[in-house]
Amino acid sequence: MKMIQCVSPKTGGTLEVLGMDVETHQREIKSHLGVVPQETNLDPDFSTYRNLLVYARYFGIPQREAEKRAEELLAFMQLEEKRDVLIDKLSGGMKRRLIIARALINTPELLILDEPTIGLDPQARHLIWEKLRSLQAEGNTLVLTTHYLEEAERLCDRLVIMDHGKILVEGTPADLIREHAGSDIVEVERTPKVIARLDELGVNYDLAGDVLQIFTDRPHDVARELLEVCRHEAAVTVRPATLEDVFLRLTGRSLRE
Amino acid sequence: MVDITGRVQSVWRRNWDAFLRTYRVNFIPPFVEPVLYLLALGFGLGTYIESVDGIPYPVFIAPALVSISVMYSSFFECTYSSFVRMYYQKTFDAIIATPVSIDEVIAGEMLWGATRGMIYAALMLPVLLLFGVVAMPSSLLLIPFAYLAGLLFAGIAMCFTAITPSIDALNYPSFLFITPMFLFSGTFFPLDLLPQPIQYFALAALPLTHVVAINRAITLSAFSPTNLLNLAWIAVATIFFFVLAIRLMRRRLIV
Repeated sequence: MKMIQCVSPKTGGTLEVLGMDVETHQREIKSHLGVVPQETNLDPDFSTYRNLLVYARYFGIPQREAEKRAEELLAFMQLEEKRDVLIDKLSGGMKRRLIIARALINTPELLILDEPTIGLDPQARHLIWEKLRSLQAEGNTLVLTTHYLEEAERLCDRLVIMDHGKILVEGTPADLIREHAGSDIVEVERTPKVIARLDELGVNYDLAGDVLQIFTDRPHDVARELLEVCRHEAAVTVRPATLEDVFLRLTGRSLRE
Repeated sequence: MVDITGRVQSVWRRNWDAFLRTYRVNFIPPFVEPVLYLLALGFGLGTYIESVDGIPYPVFIAPALVSISVMYSSFFECTYSSFVRMYYQKTFDAIIATPVSIDEVIAGEMLWGATRGMIYAALMLPVLLLFGVVAMPSSLLLIPFAYLAGLLFAGIAMCFTAITPSIDALNYPSFLFITPMFLFSGTFFPLDLLPQPIQYFALAALPLTHVVAINRAITLSAFSPTNLLNLAWIAVATIFFFVLAIRLMRRRLIV
C-alpha cells in the first residue's frame, strides 16, 4: 500500500499508478490520490474544518475553492455540527469520517483506504460503508484493505485474498464464495456419532474447534441426515457460506502473528 | 541534492497557523525573559560590575539575551516540537501522502523554527529599547539576523531530532550542548576571560559564540572586520546542517 502511495520505495518489479511510474512521477501520482491511513493522523492543533483547509493547502488548492470543498465534505460526512471542534473532542467514528473527508479534498481519481473501519462500533461502521458505497456509485475507484470479511463482501467488486504477501485468489466476492466454499454450510457439534455418520456418507468436513463444518451445495439433505443421527442431542445449523469461510479455508486456522 | 519547491510554504503555514491559535502563550516568553534577566543580572548582579570593556553590564548582556532567546526558540521548536509532530501526531506522515515531499516537510519545519526565532527577537526589541540598552537604528538588524541564526539552530536541532531514539534522549543535546553554549559563548562575560584553548573551542564548535558576536556589534552599532568571519562561519554551518538534517530525516522516514 505504501508503495502505491509513493511513500515507500518499491522493492522490486514495476509499479504504475494511474499510468505513471511511481519512481519518476511521485508528485503527480500523489496529487491524484486520496489516502485514508489506518492510523489516525489528523492534525490535533486544528478544528475539524481547519484540518480540511490545512490539508487542502498541501495540494495547492486555492483558498476559496478549498473552503467550498471543505463545507461540502463536512456535509457529506455528516460532520457539520463538529465543524469548529478540536480533533481530541471527536469520537472514533467521527475521526474516521473526517479522515475520509480529508482524503477527498483533492477530488482524487483513486481513493486508497487502509482498514477504514478498524475499531469502530457497528453504527459508525455502517455509516462509513454507506458513504463509501455512495462514492462508488458516483463512479469513484476505491482500493481497500481490510480484515473484516463482511466489509470486503459488501464493498468490493473485485477482491484479492493475500496471505504472507502472496496472492491466493482473486475474483468477485460471490464467485469466490461459490468456488471455494459452495453455497451453504452445515454446522454440527462434534460427536463420535456424527463423525461416524459423515464418514459413512462419504461427506467431507472441516474441523473448527468443537464444531464440524460441512461445505455443501445440498445443505438440506445433509442436515436431514445429521438430525436423524443426533436426535436433538446436538444442534445442527444451516447457513449461507460467507467470505470468512473462504478466507479461513484458504489461509488455515492457525494464528498468524 | 534536496527536492524543494514552493510547496514548502504549506508546511510553514501549518506551523504558523498553529502558533497563532495559541499566540497568547507564545508571546509571553519574549516579553518576560529579557525583563527578568536584565533586572536580575543586568541591574542586580550588574551593580557589582561597573563595566565590561568600557560597556555598562546591562548593555553588554542585552545582545546575548536576544541571541539566547533565538537559540532556545528555534532549537526547541525543531527538537521537542518537531519530534512531537513527527512521532506522536504523525503529522509528517499525513503531509507526505500529499504532493509535498519529505524534503519539503523538513525544510518547512526548519524555516518555521527560524521564523520563530525571528518573532522572538522582534518582540524582545521594544523591551530592550525601553530599558535603553540597545542602539538604534542599527538594532533593527537584530530581526533579520535572528532569522539566519534561527535557521542555524533549527538545522542543528533537526539533525538531533532525526537521530534521536526517543523524546527523552533529546535532553542530551539540550543539557550537553545548549546549556554550555548559554554560558560560555561570550554571553555573560567576554570570551577572552576563558583559557585560550577553550576560547578556540568556543569559536570552532559553539555556534552561539558567533551569533553573540554579531548581535553585540549590532546593538552597540560597532562593527569590525571579524564580524565578517562570524557571518561566514554561520552561513557555512547553516547550509551544512540544513542539508544534513534533510538527509538524516530521509533515512529515518523513508521505510
